Amino acid sequence: MISDSILAVAAPVPSRLLSLSAVDLLIVTIYFVMVLGIGVYLKKYTSTGEEFFMAGRKMTAWIAGLSFISANLSSLETMGWSAMSYQYGMLGAHAYLIGAIPAILFLAVVMMPFYYICKTHSVPGYLKLRYGESSRCLAGISFSLMTVLVSGVNMFAMAKVMQIILGWNIHFSIWVSSITVAIYVALGGLLSAVFNEVVQFFLIWLGSLLIPILGIIEAGGWKQMIASINAQHPGENFTSLWANMGSAADNPMGVHWTGMVFGLGLAISFGYWCTDFLQVQRVMAAKNLRAAQNGTIIGAALKMMVPLIVTVPGLLGLAVLSQKSGIVLVPESVAQATGQHSYNEVLPLMMARYLGPGLLGLGVTSMIAGFMSGMAGNVSAFATVWTYDVYRPLMNRSARDSHYVSMGRWSSLVGVFVAIGTAYAAMLFSNILVYLQVLVMFFIVPLFGAVVLGMLWKRASPAGGFWGFLVGILSSISMWVWIHLFPDRFDATAINPEHVRQIAFSPLAKDMAVNMYSALWSLLICSGVLVIVSLCTRPKPDSELKDLVYGLTPLPEGGPSRWYDNPKLWACAVGIALLAVNIIFW
Amino acid sequence: MEEHHQIPIWFFIGILLTVYGVLILGSGIYGLFRPPEREVALGYLHADIWWGALLLVLGLVYASKFRPDRGQPR
Repeated sequence: MISDSILAVAAPVPSRLLSLSAVDLLIVTIYFVMVLGIGVYLKKYTSTGEEFFMAGRKMTAWIAGLSFISANLSSLETMGWSAMSYQYGMLGAHAYLIGAIPAILFLAVVMMPFYYICKTHSVPGYLKLRYGESSRCLAGISFSLMTVLVSGVNMFAMAKVMQIILGWNIHFSIWVSSITVAIYVALGGLLSAVFNEVVQFFLIWLGSLLIPILGIIEAGGWKQMIASINAQHPGENFTSLWANMGSAADNPMGVHWTGMVFGLGLAISFGYWCTDFLQVQRVMAAKNLRAAQNGTIIGAALKMMVPLIVTVPGLLGLAVLSQKSGIVLVPESVAQATGQHSYNEVLPLMMARYLGPGLLGLGVTSMIAGFMSGMAGNVSAFATVWTYDVYRPLMNRSARDSHYVSMGRWSSLVGVFVAIGTAYAAMLFSNILVYLQVLVMFFIVPLFGAVVLGMLWKRASPAGGFWGFLVGILSSISMWVWIHLFPDRFDATAINPEHVRQIAFSPLAKDMAVNMYSALWSLLICSGVLVIVSLCTRPKPDSELKDLVYGLTPLPEGGPSRWYDNPKLWACAVGIALLAVNIIFW
Repeated sequence: MEEHHQIPIWFFIGILLTVYGVLILGSGIYGLFRPPEREVALGYLHADIWWGALLLVLGLVYASKFRPDRGQPR
């Protein structure tokens, strides 16, 4: 989930925040050499379709889990949510708690057995088996299109960030980073993407963890940091997870707890984590079902720790920057008019504050690694869905396996070049493309409705699945248009408070709160249509639903195992930890 | 994933962290004698020295434990 605010950097900002020394540049260069070297090395291990697209389905739980979480931990994500934390306080951490953990655990315990047992290559592939070709094609085409477009928008935003922070030429950033990703994914497929994502995971953490450590030391400890934030914002509550959500007027996000729980925690989160193929592909490639489930749960545990390197720097920005440096961050629009620093710059500013030569290179490398892990995730998912769910069923059904591998390699390259084209288009039409992110989210939410009902309800019919999915997408787009529609115009950069009130129950709701409620409506509409149409049409016979639907799928035991290999045990442990974190920071 | 005598991913990570540890630790020690022009907050804690040392130790442990000729399961 990428914040909209970070994409708002699509405007010219001249001065750079940081300058790199020779040792910093050496560290960045070594990173590029390493990821390319890994791609070249792994090419010989990816000669079949199963190896190229699914990494041979041989990954251990730890590698699957680290890759699963790393593909999501892009630098736009970390910078964006740090900015959110500066803007909304502790509420920003919900993206890593209720906005992720329950859904990831649900994926591990409930959905993963079906994905794994039916041996599909992708989420659209599951739709083919469950509902038929039309649902698969709708999901495959829309996912392929959205993936490359979103990659392009992210690429542009990242290059813009690099320009602002380091003064790097925007074309240089786009081409060097993208071509590096294209080369190592085209050479080694998912295997190479996964290997590099594990490397990137280490770099992201080791490059980012010093900021909260040093920040808390400087702030005088955690309690002192909280006291400092409260003292600087009297009458406002930036330091609670739930206590300020009794009313939309009580918190800076303008969201009621129902929006947070059902919008973010149910619709958006479950849609993203359970059906976005970018994520699911990583754990589907595990060596057995137990590794896939445990890998997903490892991902959940690691995800819960991300606020340490994302939310805490945002809070430290609130506590330390103004107190020690007199810097107050402002919204992007104000920053562009006044030349002040914007919310989006909180993480780089903290980086500049604490990291000297060498460490700064590691910090910048962690940002680049984050960008590349997200990009590689998109590219490898695109190559798989394009090859197996668009090209094979619609264009060439009966080619040899080696032909599809070749198609996968070429589609990785072509996908990156289309994304580069989108990045340049974003320079011209940034306002519209910024909202592409939101549309993707609304596309994924109805996909989740179709998939989860298909897994849990054998009465769901092929027609019901297709129409529920399609109407869900159309209703998402319609709601988005409605929110931006004014009596005299359509404005993608502004929201109509009257229409917002109809969808989010409060005219005070900010963009994020509106998205949460829109996603919830989208899920309800998709599910409602799916149920109604299914009840009026003929379902598939039970014999065709074996290994696809709960109740008709004998779940394998996975062989003898030690008690501590049990996924349900660890899912419970992570669930209890989630509960504890929410109570501690209530 | 590591069948066919593939070098384990942990070895790559070990090598990278070792190199980074040497560079950052070296840069920190150099900074003791010639402090950098740009001062950072809490510079007196010399985070680059202990963080570089941590990376170096971590890298050496990984590179040694997972070096290809040991051939142990990953």
